[in-house]
Amino acid sequence: MSLPTPCLRHLTTSNYEHIYEPAEDSFLFLDALEKEAEFLKELRPDMCLEVGSGSGVVSTFIAQLLGNNTYYLCTDINPLAADTTQQTGQQNHVSLNAVVTDLTASLTRLTTQVDVLLFNPPYVVTPSEEVGSRGIEASYAGGKDGREVTDRFFPCVPRLLSPSGVFYLIAIKENKQDEIETLMRSYGLTMEVVITRRSGPEHLSVLKFTRRKL
Amino acid sequence: MKLLTHNMLTSSIIKGVKKGFPLGIAATDIKVSEVDFNPDFIKKMIPKLEWSAICEAAESIGHLDGLPKELAPDYETDEDFLKKAHHVIMEVEIKEGDLICPETGRKFPIKNGIPNMLLKEDEV
Repeated sequence: MSLPTPCLRHLTTSNYEHIYEPAEDSFLFLDALEKEAEFLKELRPDMCLEVGSGSGVVSTFIAQLLGNNTYYLCTDINPLAADTTQQTGQQNHVSLNAVVTDLTASLTRLTTQVDVLLFNPPYVVTPSEEVGSRGIEASYAGGKDGREVTDRFFPCVPRLLSPSGVFYLIAIKENKQDEIETLMRSYGLTMEVVITRRSGPEHLSVLKFTRRKL
Repeated sequence: MKLLTHNMLTSSIIKGVKKGFPLGIAATDIKVSEVDFNPDFIKKMIPKLEWSAICEAAESIGHLDGLPKELAPDYETDEDFLKKAHHVIMEVEIKEGDLICPETGRKFPIKNGIPNMLLKEDEV
């Protein structure tokens, strides 16, 4: 079984000056979700939330996979990215509901309601000064260890996830996965590695967190 | 922005705001578009919603469209009700306008159907 990659023909190089162009990390995320397809279908999620949805390719893909029994919310701090997310959904005949917000700041009512949480974060190691933009830099600049944005988000994860909820996260080796695993374990979340791939200088992984005890 | 999304949003990130819910709506452009009716989806969404906020929001933009303000105990088997609920939470979309914090009056613009909830640093 191989699902088609969402159509992105409506986007041009001028879009990609302002939003992140899907690249190896995005495609690894799609491959991970495809690998998880049976698990995700059995989960029968009501609410799927993607943080930092950018082009919208990941949410579009999962919406095509899971269908209209799930509500798809997407956030991005970059208004142009939120627009693009919604357009990509429309082009591919799925309904994505975009909100411009910092991580999940305005979605406090989603406490324990999120069944599938997705985040391809700004994971690149950069100077701390590059973190905090609301433009394209927000899509990649991760500051120290590439963790400054994710570290702000991790405490929200146990609050957002439903009892059977699952959180998928992209990380690179420099993000120190052992530390992430220890931190998330302290929130009662177990980590597994779904898929790993080397792409140029990046050693990418998709990590999966659940409340399941291994 | 669908009213289902509106039901999930708060302005509680503003400094000093306690609940920030439900946000007021000042709509300048509303679009109603047909969405496939999926009764199972509507049934499982209703318990997640604050129903009074759905009705208040729908009424404020003139789209209560016959939706009962009280949830009947047997709503799950009432197809007519589920269709009305589907219409209000999934088909009515606010394209342009503002969301309004109920405690401070702070406005959040909705453009192209997308609410912008970003704050300035000194508001957080």
